[in-house]
Amino acid sequence: MRFVLKQPSVLPGFGLTLGCALFYFSLIVLIPLSGLFMKTSTLSWEQFWDIVVNPRAIASYQLTFGASLVGALINGIFGAVIAWVLVRYRFPGRSLVDALVDLPFALPTAVAGITLTAIYASNGWIGRYLEPLGIKVAFTPLGVLVALTFIGLPFVVRTVQPVLQDLDQEVEEAATTLGANRWQTFRTVIVPELWPALLTGMAMAFARAVGEYGSVIFIAGNMPLKSEITPLLIMTKLEQYDYSGATALGIVMLVASFVLALAINLLQWWSSARHMHQ
Amino acid sequence: MNTSIIAAGKDLQWKDSLTTESSLVRRLLIAAAFLYLTLFLFVPLVAIFSEALKHGLSGYIESFFNEDALAAIRLTLLVAAVAVPLNAVFGVAAAWAIAKFEFVGKQALITLIDMPLAVSPVIAGLIYVLLFGAQGWLGTWLAEHDIKIIFALPGIVLATIFVTVPFVARELIPLMQSQGREEEEAAITLGASGWQMFRRVTLPNIKWSLLYGVILCNARAMGEFGAVSVVSGHIRGLTNTMPLHVEILYNEYNAVSAFAVASLLTLLAIVTLSAKVLIERKTASPDRLKSRR
Repeated sequence: MRFVLKQPSVLPGFGLTLGCALFYFSLIVLIPLSGLFMKTSTLSWEQFWDIVVNPRAIASYQLTFGASLVGALINGIFGAVIAWVLVRYRFPGRSLVDALVDLPFALPTAVAGITLTAIYASNGWIGRYLEPLGIKVAFTPLGVLVALTFIGLPFVVRTVQPVLQDLDQEVEEAATTLGANRWQTFRTVIVPELWPALLTGMAMAFARAVGEYGSVIFIAGNMPLKSEITPLLIMTKLEQYDYSGATALGIVMLVASFVLALAINLLQWWSSARHMHQ
Repeated sequence: MNTSIIAAGKDLQWKDSLTTESSLVRRLLIAAAFLYLTLFLFVPLVAIFSEALKHGLSGYIESFFNEDALAAIRLTLLVAAVAVPLNAVFGVAAAWAIAKFEFVGKQALITLIDMPLAVSPVIAGLIYVLLFGAQGWLGTWLAEHDIKIIFALPGIVLATIFVTVPFVARELIPLMQSQGREEEEAAITLGASGWQMFRRVTLPNIKWSLLYGVILCNARAMGEFGAVSVVSGHIRGLTNTMPLHVEILYNEYNAVSAFAVASLLTLLAIVTLSAKVLIERKTASPDRLKSRR
């Protein structure tokens, strides 16, 4: 087979549209992002390492990645339940719920931030019932978790929902007629089908949460070493004109994002490959 | 005939009972879903409007009619008016090249388009500060020529373009791929010019997804906080967009005004969600639903 750069086609506009797209996306995305790597190369390895493993930075990674992970797990459980309920059951208000699931995606993060803070503060609608139980949410690491759980919700529901819709119910019927009870059918027939999509959704929620800034900073309290997320630490360094510090932490975040994006792509590929077989 | 319908109905019921849970489990699951959504969606949504209207309607309306709020609204509209059309035009161009042609490096281009979705908004702002800021690569040159990008309108527009760049292309690529090339090829072989083909064949085919992509892009452009926060400098009346204005009001303990401005952004989000539902109904076909994320 001869190696060709482009398959021949009668359709016009390939050169023009590809040229425009390459120009635009290089200018907006590629060149600015490579600027970050170039800036890092002006740091010596020791300088870079000192910034990256500074105790305040380490504490911020632990909070950012830890809260994102727990948030993704919570969304994994409840996202799956919501997707299941939306696809399988009919109840009043179903289409409203279905539409509202995307709200955390559409709502500006600053709005989410001040709203969650107002609700979960000690005099807020929900916070006032948690206070007597000794649970403080706003201005603690728990607040970070609440914000990161909020913004991750649509991802799990929207990846599991279409798979659940496409699931062939005849397999479940077969399992039941062969004597499996509902729980056995669920565990051995449904869960293996949903698993890749569920993992993909959780990974997406996790990736989104790791970079989140707007909804977290209002509710977090932002105490260094305690409730300070990494994006905020970058912001603080920028405000102090510490560009090297901001860049080094930026690289850590960027590499983490790329690894996650790669993992999500692999998960999606796994998920669609499974569906091809059937 | 009636009996056969009843028999079919019974058959359906019997089949249903094979693939569903007991009504207790069903109710528990629905209750769990509602509890979770109440805590994380319904209560926040009601709280925004309740907080905004705490001092009555006059207090609510007053929050908008002052110079700072109006300047923030104007700036947000201006930024979206620049960023959204640019992203729409180049998004369509990218989708055309990717969906209708086979070429080397296609996957790399798709990855490039998706990249802003994976990057933290703070990083999106940071990269432009590193390029155009006072200590940035072009900082000295820009200062010599008296061009301000960071802490000024161009920086805000650039950061907004960055975070909203994938939306139009991402909506269009799967749709245009599934529509194939035949219709356009027919138009060209019948003698249509490239522009005629695009206007008469491609555009009618993609218009609803294009519209939804533009609406999503617009919602994000008007609501972006992190990236804009880095490059804006928070100069009142000058470089404050609506989300930044919300932050300032909130930090000044002016919660009513903060929630009033926030409620405008919330209405925008609700319009966006409604548009999604309407457009999905318009375009509902089996393979369109499957191509959804």
